Amino acid sequence: MISTRILPLMRKEFIHIRRDPRSLLILFLMPLLMMFIFGYAINMDLKHIRLGICDLSRTPASRDMIEALKASPYFDVVVRYDNPGRTEKLFKKRLVRAVVIFDTDFERALERSAVTPLGVIADGTDANSATLVQNYLEGLFMGRSLEISSAGQEPPIRIKARMLYNPDMESAHFIVPGIVALLLIMIGALLTSVTIAREKEAGTMEQILVTPIRPYEVVLGKAIPYLVLGFGIAVFIMIFGHVWFEVPMRGAWSWLLLFCVVYIFTALAIGLLISTVVATQQVAMMLSLVATLLPSVMLSGFVFPIASMPQPLQWISKVVPATYFLIIIRGIMLKGNGLAELWPVVAAMSGIGVFFIAVAVKRFKLKL
Amino acid sequence: MGRSAENPAALGNAAALPYAVTVRGLTRRFGDFVAVDNISFDVRQGEIFGFLGANGAGKTTTIRMLIGLLKPSSGSGRVGGYDINREQEKIKPRIGYMSQRFSLYDDLTAGENLAFFGGVYGLNRDQVAGRIAELDSALLLSAIADRMTASLPLGFKQRLALACAILHRPPILFLDEPTGGVDPIARRYFWDLISALAADGTTVFVTTHYMEEAEYCHRLSIMYKGRIAEVDSPPAIKKKYRMTSIEDIFIHLVDR
Ligand SMILES: Nc1ncnc2c1ncn2[C@@H]1O[C@H](COP(=O)(O)OP(=O)(O)OP(=O)(O)O)[C@@H](O)[C@H]1O
Ligand SMILES: [Mg+2]
Repeated sequence: MISTRILPLMRKEFIHIRRDPRSLLILFLMPLLMMFIFGYAINMDLKHIRLGICDLSRTPASRDMIEALKASPYFDVVVRYDNPGRTEKLFKKRLVRAVVIFDTDFERALERSAVTPLGVIADGTDANSATLVQNYLEGLFMGRSLEISSAGQEPPIRIKARMLYNPDMESAHFIVPGIVALLLIMIGALLTSVTIAREKEAGTMEQILVTPIRPYEVVLGKAIPYLVLGFGIAVFIMIFGHVWFEVPMRGAWSWLLLFCVVYIFTALAIGLLISTVVATQQVAMMLSLVATLLPSVMLSGFVFPIASMPQPLQWISKVVPATYFLIIIRGIMLKGNGLAELWPVVAAMSGIGVFFIAVAVKRFKLKL
Repeated sequence: MGRSAENPAALGNAAALPYAVTVRGLTRRFGDFVAVDNISFDVRQGEIFGFLGANGAGKTTTIRMLIGLLKPSSGSGRVGGYDINREQEKIKPRIGYMSQRFSLYDDLTAGENLAFFGGVYGLNRDQVAGRIAELDSALLLSAIADRMTASLPLGFKQRLALACAILHRPPILFLDEPTGGVDPIARRYFWDLISALAADGTTVFVTTHYMEEAEYCHRLSIMYKGRIAEVDSPPAIKKKYRMTSIEDIFIHLVDR
């Protein structure tokens, strides 16, 4: 199927890639940078969370718990104070991510084995550490209270957690696959649209079009080298997310990599389509970013759940390739899904890719 | 689609005629503006056919219609016997094209550019190497083969562009201002090569601004504002207008 005329095209494209090591470096470093920017907020902060403690009860029981908190690697107790009125100020000054308040009747309540009012306030703008604080304290106090009350019919301490600023929550394991989906579609579309726009600017596209090369050969000759490059980037950032951010891999790498190729193909198809409507690299770059970044962040289920979007936006989300890839990558990495569960999603994503590439080839011909 | 059949008798079966290019009533509009206005001419096989005209006369637009980069608004034409409206795919392997603007890959070496264009015309590595050796004495390609195209002086770039256009031995060659910005010595070499190609049977369709280059052409077409003002051999044109310089005739026609 691959005609001999595609080979020189591909060879030339690989030379372009090789001769531009700066762009290549950016292509591999940008994902790293983005993963770090997002990942730092998600993950690194999950240890050494700055904690404030307001001990109004001043009893052996409360001191015991405070020692446990101090010993934990997850928390750094940075402030101890007595006036609960200072709590708000501590948050505003960003001195603490969470505070634990032991009420005056804390010990007495424990002894009575009744439900003890223990206040935990967490900074919800950083949803992930807020969740962690809540979960960790719950676990800690659960264990403690069971130790204290030998009876243990009901956990005597009930945490009343209050989220400030941000009631929604997102976890690292959901965000890292989202970044992978976002980066791949962005880079894929950008790569192809810019390289074709560059040929238009330089006039080399015309020089190619007067040769016997067919439009589909031009399109494939461009797409295949960037598919290889995109795949390299994909493997790189997925392994990085898996190793560094410890996103679990419950399914098979082979399925993930295979579906990744389909996804990158779809991204390249979008880039090709964009390249048929733009004349300059600048416009190609802008349009690629707008066409991939916004929908992939806003409409794919990466940030906002699709089910809670207005109906028209839900329809649009169905033609956003990232929507499908998110289901695929989260499904494989987090749930251990395989082809059996994912084939309809993969089919839909392939369909979109084939549609885009068909329109791109058609538009390539029409231009003449 | 009926355009090409407009005057089948006049166009005839091109293979049987000694014409490499025939054009009838070719017109191209951009919106309301008529860039090429109902032109007709024939180019014989093995002829150097010069297209002379001021900036914006429509020379490039005409070439682009002949080589399949632009659809004519109306009119018909044949290149190498094939219809420019319907058979572009058959025309493409039979032509070479050097565009007005240098358009090879700057980040490839001269040798890589040659290998690429040879490859897309279906030549293998050995054939490309063989052609480069053949063209070496005229175009001095081996001296620049390993140099990055971006770093080449303009004269070398143009020689390289010509080499890329003739690697596959096209019977018809379209050159759009091939010598723009090149020094007189380099221009002289360039025209010697064009003459040699024509002597070997290649039809050369060439546009130029340089009046002295008109003398190298077997026949000239003087184009003005999208129309052809005159087509004939340089001596015949001089005789007709009773002037000794093509430049004077050109100014006379344009001033009219
Ligand atoms: N794509 C286009 N859209 C609109 N106008 C165009 C287009 N291409 C060419 N023109 C106009 O058509 C006219 C003829 O252009 P063309 O490039 O054919 O001239 P030319 O004879 O090659 O001139 P030059 O010697 O400057 O190369 C010019 O006025 C040009 O502005
Ligand atoms: Mg021109």
